[in-house]
Amino acid sequence: MKIHEYQAKDILARYGIPVQPGRVAHTPDEAEAIARELGGPVVIKAQVYVGGRGKAGGIQFGDTPEQARASAQKVLGMDIKGLTVEKVLVTSKIDIAEEYYLGIILDRKTQSPVVMISKEGGIDIEEVAANMPEKIIKQPIDMRWGLRPFEARELVARAGLPHHTIAKAGDILSKLAKAFIESDASLAEINPLALTADGKVQAADAKILIDDNGLFRQKEYAGWAETEESNPLEYEAKQAGLTYVKLDGDVGIIGNGAGLVMTTLDMVARAGGKPANFLDIGGGAKAEIMYKALLFVARDPQVKGILVNIFGGITRGEEVAKGVIMAQSDLPKGMPIVVRLSGTGSEEGKALLKDAGLEWGRDMREASEKIVAAINARGTQTYTASRAPESRIE
Amino acid sequence: MSILLDSTTKVIVQGITGREGLYHTRNMKAAGTNIVGGVTPGKGGGTIEGFPVFDTVAEAVRATGATASCIFVPPPGAADAIMEAASAGISLIVCITEGIPVVDMTRAMLVVHEHNARLIGPNCPGMCTPGQGKIGIIPYQIFTPGPVGFISRSGTLTYEVVSLLTAAGLGQSSCIGIGGDPIIGSTFVDYLKLFEADPQTKAVVMCGEIGGSDEEDAAEYIKTMSKPVIAFISGRTAPAGKRMGHAGAIISGNTGTAQGKVAALQAAHVPVADTIFDIPELVQKVL
Repeated sequence: MKIHEYQAKDILARYGIPVQPGRVAHTPDEAEAIARELGGPVVIKAQVYVGGRGKAGGIQFGDTPEQARASAQKVLGMDIKGLTVEKVLVTSKIDIAEEYYLGIILDRKTQSPVVMISKEGGIDIEEVAANMPEKIIKQPIDMRWGLRPFEARELVARAGLPHHTIAKAGDILSKLAKAFIESDASLAEINPLALTADGKVQAADAKILIDDNGLFRQKEYAGWAETEESNPLEYEAKQAGLTYVKLDGDVGIIGNGAGLVMTTLDMVARAGGKPANFLDIGGGAKAEIMYKALLFVARDPQVKGILVNIFGGITRGEEVAKGVIMAQSDLPKGMPIVVRLSGTGSEEGKALLKDAGLEWGRDMREASEKIVAAINARGTQTYTASRAPESRIE
Repeated sequence: MSILLDSTTKVIVQGITGREGLYHTRNMKAAGTNIVGGVTPGKGGGTIEGFPVFDTVAEAVRATGATASCIFVPPPGAADAIMEAASAGISLIVCITEGIPVVDMTRAMLVVHEHNARLIGPNCPGMCTPGQGKIGIIPYQIFTPGPVGFISRSGTLTYEVVSLLTAAGLGQSSCIGIGGDPIIGSTFVDYLKLFEADPQTKAVVMCGEIGGSDEEDAAEYIKTMSKPVIAFISGRTAPAGKRMGHAGAIISGNTGTAQGKVAALQAAHVPVADTIFDIPELVQKVL
C-alpha cells in the first residue's frame, strides 16, 4: 500500500528522525495559515502517489504566507500523471548543502530487508544504480538483531558521508530500520537525506510502502488507504475483498488462481483480444461471489464481453454456473459471456449453463477464441454500466 | 523414486482441527499420505477422526516420529508455526497459508536455515508424489506416476498443466507448487537440483511467472543439468508495477518481466512453450 510523503514523515518523526515542521493543507487558505504559523519561507509539495512531482511543477515555494497561498493555489487541482492534487504539504524551507540517499528495500534473494546508502542523493536511485553502482553501499539486515547503531554508522561511513555527519546519519539509519520493521514496510526511503548549511541532518523527502499482508496489524496505516491510490474500481475491489487489476482492453476476465488468470489474459491476447482486467475470485468461491465478480467487471465501461475460466478444485462448477446465471439478468443486455469449466462439478455446471442458453468453451484456448469472436461480431456497440452488485448482495 | 515425499513419509498437520485443515487431512489420507497426527494448541490429548492431536509440534514429533508437516494456520500465526516445525526437527515443512507478512517470513527463514529444514511455500498448493501421497491442497486425482518432474509458482495453473500432461500419457515423478510470495522457502533452483538427482525423473516442466528473478537463476543452473527442462512463463501481458494476484507477481522497473525470463531461458537452450497447450508436445520431444 502506498502512503503520502506527509504520512511517511509522520512515521519517521515517531521514531525520532528529524523532519522539517509542516502540515497538510487542502485549500490555499489553509496553506497560508500554516505558512504563517511556521514563519519564514516554506515549500509547497503536492501529495500524490507518483514520483516526478518536481518536474511536473508540483513543488513550489513561498517566501511569505501570501506567496504560499498563491503557490498552493497553483498546485492544488493540478494533474500529475493522471492524478489530481487534492492536498499539499506545507513545510519549512531548508538551506540544503548536501544531499544523500538512505533506503531500505525488501530483497527476495537474501530474504531480508537490504539497506542502500549513497552519497549521491536527491536523484533517482535507480539511475545511480544503473550508471554508478559503485556509489551505492548495500547490506542485508540480520533480522535477529535489526540494524544495530554501530552497523548503521559503519555503513554511512563506508558510503563516504563526511565525518561530522556520521553520528547523526547513522542514528537516522538505525531508526529508519526500526521503523521499516515495526511498520511492516516493504520499502522505506529518505531521498534526500539533507545536510543543511547550519549542520543539521534531516529527512527532506520520504517514501514508505506498507506490505498489504501486514495491514491486519497496522490498523492505523490501513485507515490511510485512499481511492486516489489507483483506479477507483481497484480501490473498491480491494474494499470488497476482490483481487482486481484494471487493464486497457475490452475483454473482462474472471478466473480462480493468480497464475491461471494471468495465463488466461495471455491466451486472450493471443486470440487477438485485449484484456480489460485481472480478477481472481480465489479458492472455494460460491455462486454469490461469482455473481458479484461478474457485475463488478461489467462496471468498467470499456468491457464488451466477459470470459470466465475456472479450474474446479475447492471451487465447484455448479456454483460458478449458478452465479453466472444469476448475473445474466443484471448484466447489460446482450453482453457476451463465455464460461469455461473443468474439474469438480464441471459437468453439473455445464448442464446448468446449457439450459440457460449460455456459451461455454471446452478449454481455455477455445473459450478465449469464442469471447474474442463474440465481441468482434457485435462491433462497436457499447453497454451502459451494470448495476452495483450491492443491489443484490447483503 | 520421487523427491521429498513418498508413501512412507510421516506427516503431521498443523491446524488439523480447523475446517480447512481437517478437510484437506481427509484428502491427503485418501491420496495415500501417511498422516500420523496433528497439532492444535489447547486440543492436545484427544483425537480427531482417528488422528491423535497434540498441543505442540515437538510433542507430535516425539510421539509419532513425524518428519514432515503441512501448515494450515491463518496469517498472524503462520510464520510462528513454520518456526515451531523447524525447531522441533521437522525436515519438510509445507506452508499453504496466503497473506503472511513479509517481515515475519524474513525471521522464519532464519530459523528454517538454522535447522537445515526445507520449506515449501508459503502461499502454495503443496506437493504431490503421484501414487504415493500429497501434502497440501493439490487435487491428487489429476496425477499419474511417470517420469516428468513438475514445479510451478501457481496453484490452479499447475492443475491445468498437469491435467494436460496426464491426458497426453505423460506421468509425473513429483509435483511442487513452490509458492506465489516474494519470500518463499525454496526456489526453482533448489527443486531442479533434487530432480537432477532423482533417478525416476527424466525431464522437468517449470512454470514461472512475472516478478523476481528465480527463473533467470534457474536458467543459469539448467545450463549445468544433464536432464532436459521445458518452461512456460505466464504474465506476458501484465503491466509493470501492478501486483497480479500473487504478492510476488509484480514487475519492478526492468526486473521480473516475462520477456526477460523467456530470453534468459532461451539463452540456456530451454524450450519455452508459447501456450500451456504446447507443453506436452515439447516434453514428448525431449523424453
